[in-house]
Amino acid sequence: MIAHAIFFYTFSIIAVVSAIMVTASKNTVHSVFFLILDFISISCLFIMIGAEFLGMIMLIVYVGAVAVLFLFVVMMLNVAQQKNQWFAGQQSSKHIPVGLIISTLIFVEVIIVIGGWKYKPEIFDINNSIAQTNISNTHSLGQILYTDYIHVFQISGMILLVAMVGAIVLTFRQRSGVKRQSYIKQISRERAEGVEVLEVQSNKGIKIDD
Amino acid sequence: MEYLSIVFQEVYKILFLLVPVLVSVAMIVWLDRRVWAFVQKRQGPNVVGPFGLLQSLADALKYIFKEIIIPSSSNKVIFILAPIVTMTLALIAWAVIPFSATQVLADINVGILYLFAVSSLGVYGIIMGGWASNSKYPFLGAIRSAAQMVSYEVSIGVIIINVLLCVGSLNLNDIVIAQQNMWFVIPLFPMFVIFFISALAETNRPPFDLPEAEAELVAGYQTEYSGMMYAMFWLGEYANILLMCAMGAILFLGGWMSPIDVYPFTLVPSAIWLILKILLLFILFALVKAIVPRYRYDQLMRLGWKVFLPLSLIWVVLTASYLFYFNLLPVN
Repeated sequence: MIAHAIFFYTFSIIAVVSAIMVTASKNTVHSVFFLILDFISISCLFIMIGAEFLGMIMLIVYVGAVAVLFLFVVMMLNVAQQKNQWFAGQQSSKHIPVGLIISTLIFVEVIIVIGGWKYKPEIFDINNSIAQTNISNTHSLGQILYTDYIHVFQISGMILLVAMVGAIVLTFRQRSGVKRQSYIKQISRERAEGVEVLEVQSNKGIKIDD
Repeated sequence: MEYLSIVFQEVYKILFLLVPVLVSVAMIVWLDRRVWAFVQKRQGPNVVGPFGLLQSLADALKYIFKEIIIPSSSNKVIFILAPIVTMTLALIAWAVIPFSATQVLADINVGILYLFAVSSLGVYGIIMGGWASNSKYPFLGAIRSAAQMVSYEVSIGVIIINVLLCVGSLNLNDIVIAQQNMWFVIPLFPMFVIFFISALAETNRPPFDLPEAEAELVAGYQTEYSGMMYAMFWLGEYANILLMCAMGAILFLGGWMSPIDVYPFTLVPSAIWLILKILLLFILFALVKAIVPRYRYDQLMRLGWKVFLPLSLIWVVLTASYLFYFNLLPVN
């Protein structure tokens, strides 16, 4: 139990500190690296409460793919040079009310969830589902997702697909003058259309392409 | 005191796994150069030790005594962290590789997801190294490899789903045992080919070694590194290649099981079979390096997104419908 507590506090302290550093660090690329550290420690916490599937998916999806694209964008846009002037600059202060409203909302939500879980545990029904079976949590997730919640699951998939298609449509533009390679064209080229044999008289020359 | 004894036991086990892995990484570098040389009718490294076996040790010694240069305009912390990240990620993945039914360091439920997660984290070593160098060529190499590794991870993930449909478990030992009657390389042969090619791209091996294409980018993300830090990148890269070979052996070639379940073959320890299969795959990797010319970057992206991803997705549908129709779905 002591070892459990030590690991829990280590990971949660790292998570909280790196979450603070995401907003406080001056270099944007550093912020993304701290965000990655935060993701990793959160997934360690997931694994510690026995949700190994969630933890691993968190690592694969967020750290392995989303954060890489984040880094990609931040590096390409070269925002690393623009220093984060949250505390110094006057321009950013107009964003503070919006940020405060959103963070208050999130805080209230967290309070409601934690309070409900503490004082009305029967609503959540966690204890029953854990106690009755000893199947792995990948199996139990699959059994719930693909039976009771299949419609919700499919709808969320469709929403993601639509978002993806929408993003592609918004950014896609047909550019003229781009030379594309077509393998079929290249392979199916015949000698007749590529080479032409001409009789050239000496001292006269010949005109091509007129 | 009990904690301490448990910790010591675990450390023992980890050392027993890691030291052979590190030694075999050194040996595999020699094998790689040797195969490469034989394809081109050269001798390869054959001077240091018998057959040149100690060449890698000599190289390592040379790297240790070289000066480590840290560029003055680099981001020093990240610059030093990058090779460490590469090396660590390449080594921690070995914790879940089963060498027999019982010989595995951590027999976790989601073993294959762990392997996949660690191999997808591998891109960070390269991005960090390329960005922290604060130089054009390393940065271009890092950007290239980020796009390349993310693209090919997608198809590897879909291929893993193919295998998991036939197994019904994420545990690596279960995956091996499910291949008792038939290795998955036979029913899923197209997936094995795609996995092999994606593994080449994922580990930045030729013909997909664009992040370090020496004709365009000097040495890509490693350009500013020297001495032991360069050697660590190099070791991590080869440990990653070995890991992808092990993953291929476990997913498609029956892992630690002997190919034929009859008397003289069953005497051989199962760890030996796994090592032989890894070696077979690695020699294929080395042959590809010697034979195939480098891809162009747009061709690489086209192959990943327009060929491999649709193919493996279609194959998922095929596998699932076949298993469902003949009532072969593994349900427990």
